[in-house]
Amino acid sequence: MAETMTASPAAIRSSARSHDNTLLSVIFLIALWLSLALAITFLMTLIVTTAIDGAGRFDGALFTEYSSQLSPETTGLRAALLGTIWLMVTTALLAIPIGIAAAIYLEEFADNRRWYNRLVELNLQNLAAVPSVIYGMLAVAIFALVGVDRTAIVLVGAVALGLLILPVIIITTRESLRAVPREIRDGSLALGATPLQTTWRQVLPSAVPGIATGTIIALSRAIGEAAPLLIIGVAVTVRFDPDGIMSSFTAMPLQVFNWTSESRDEFKIAAAAGIIVLLGMVLALNGLAIYIRNKFQRRW
Amino acid sequence: MNRTSLRRAALPSLVALTVGLGLSACGGDSEGDTTNGTEGGGSETLSGSVAADGSSTVEPLTSAAAELYQEEQPDVQVAVGSAGTGGGFEAFCAGKTDISNASRPIEDDEAKICDKAGIEYTELQVATDALTVVSNPEVGVECVTTEQLKMIWEPAAEGKITNWNQVDPSFPDLDLALFGPGTDSGTFDYFTDVINGEEGASRSDYEASEDDNVLVDGVANTEGGMGYFGFSFYEENADSLTALQVDSGGGCVEPSAETAADGSYTPLARPLFIYVANKAYADQPQVASFVDFYIDNLADVTEAAQFIPLNDEQTQETADTLSQLQ
Repeated sequence: MAETMTASPAAIRSSARSHDNTLLSVIFLIALWLSLALAITFLMTLIVTTAIDGAGRFDGALFTEYSSQLSPETTGLRAALLGTIWLMVTTALLAIPIGIAAAIYLEEFADNRRWYNRLVELNLQNLAAVPSVIYGMLAVAIFALVGVDRTAIVLVGAVALGLLILPVIIITTRESLRAVPREIRDGSLALGATPLQTTWRQVLPSAVPGIATGTIIALSRAIGEAAPLLIIGVAVTVRFDPDGIMSSFTAMPLQVFNWTSESRDEFKIAAAAGIIVLLGMVLALNGLAIYIRNKFQRRW
Repeated sequence: MNRTSLRRAALPSLVALTVGLGLSACGGDSEGDTTNGTEGGGSETLSGSVAADGSSTVEPLTSAAAELYQEEQPDVQVAVGSAGTGGGFEAFCAGKTDISNASRPIEDDEAKICDKAGIEYTELQVATDALTVVSNPEVGVECVTTEQLKMIWEPAAEGKITNWNQVDPSFPDLDLALFGPGTDSGTFDYFTDVINGEEGASRSDYEASEDDNVLVDGVANTEGGMGYFGFSFYEENADSLTALQVDSGGGCVEPSAETAADGSYTPLARPLFIYVANKAYADQPQVASFVDFYIDNLADVTEAAQFIPLNDEQTQETADTLSQLQ
């Protein structure tokens, strides 16, 4: 039964490619290609026009200067780039250990007949679909409870983004753990290792490529988020380097957002260049994820 | 080009000011805990942070002030947000910011929240904006009266006033395509208040955007297009838009830096403010120093950010208000 199930889609595909030349299937195939081409055309148009708009500003000043009202022709992303790096590192340090630990508990140790484990599981699925703005509000509320008024700091931003990507990290980590064959665990246990040793020395190392990929994809989602940062009141004009997790800061999406709403053309050009830089950062993160997956993936 | 020469001109006056401000700063804030007294001779290096948020219209102005200020106090970290006038007051009255930028005066219910939280503040007018009513150049209308504006924008016009010639028979037979800011904007609040007679009362069947560049594009590219936004967005796009003169009973007046400053462009010339938290000003020397610098150099700051400067009378008034705080 399982055999025929897995074989059938491949069979259908090969028949569509070589044997099935009825008019209807050809039209259908063309329609599929057209929808794909349409989507890619729009995407490429956006990227290319943005790159052309920003072409004048891919210079050193874009990276080394602060945002400037006095000399808009050399306005730069320095504070935003550094702010985004601070934000991403802090987010990763907060979310990754907690996310992986939670996933290991749920996958390896939790008894899912217990109601509280099932409740956690249900909530995880729902949390992954919550709009990002809500996490910003949550972070502000948490810090208001402990008496922090000035919420426009790296730590609060990182908590908001950390909460945002936590469900994604947990879900992808659980999937990578599940992909580690049962036999590895059984073998380890049979040789006298405790469940903790088995998880720590066998299961977790085998799952690292999947965990790393999922985590990086989650971070590359967080890097482009503006909404939760707007909610915590992150500044848009910052002319100093952030110097710690309690420092005020600005981030790439907000800087770009701010520049696009300026009246002077120099800022719009810089905004277009900023969009391409942010796109480059996201692509670099995704590229890293693909590299890690290809390099370290094991098959059993 | 203009800006570069301006900067050059501003520099000597800045140097002179550095000395003057250093001296005055020495007087009031010697006991602040964020102050690092360094070299003697009357100059003092401050550190610490200043948080400002509020109107996105005023944000470039406060950012320009922060940028000029940085040349003399490089260690003070001034962060400026643009949450909008309303959002700014919300944060300000919760004690999250030291300075709130505003494109309209604080409202009663906002002031109540501040009172309740024990936040005392001082209102300082820092610049003037000529709220500009623009049309697509093809329309060919040059002047509108405030009554005609009300006729177009009041809630009763919704669905009824759809053609320019309904407003005045001499206007062309063209469909009205209206563009305006969204309801969160201080610009919207101000316009509806002075034109429609009630803050927030507006027809709602117009193209709304919080991004003024979208409004500019809309009016410039739509036949029969009309909209309103801050003067700087008209100034940057003067070749593709027509700014309508406004007649409030005393003849047609065109929006410009001069007519806004001398008060003849009524009622759409509007004051722009910063609100300073009195406690932050008193307790944190870097906040006091920044605000003093901002107001003392207001002419340079408004010019650098290409805003319409205050006239002499208004400048004096702002300086007097500040001196009461000192």
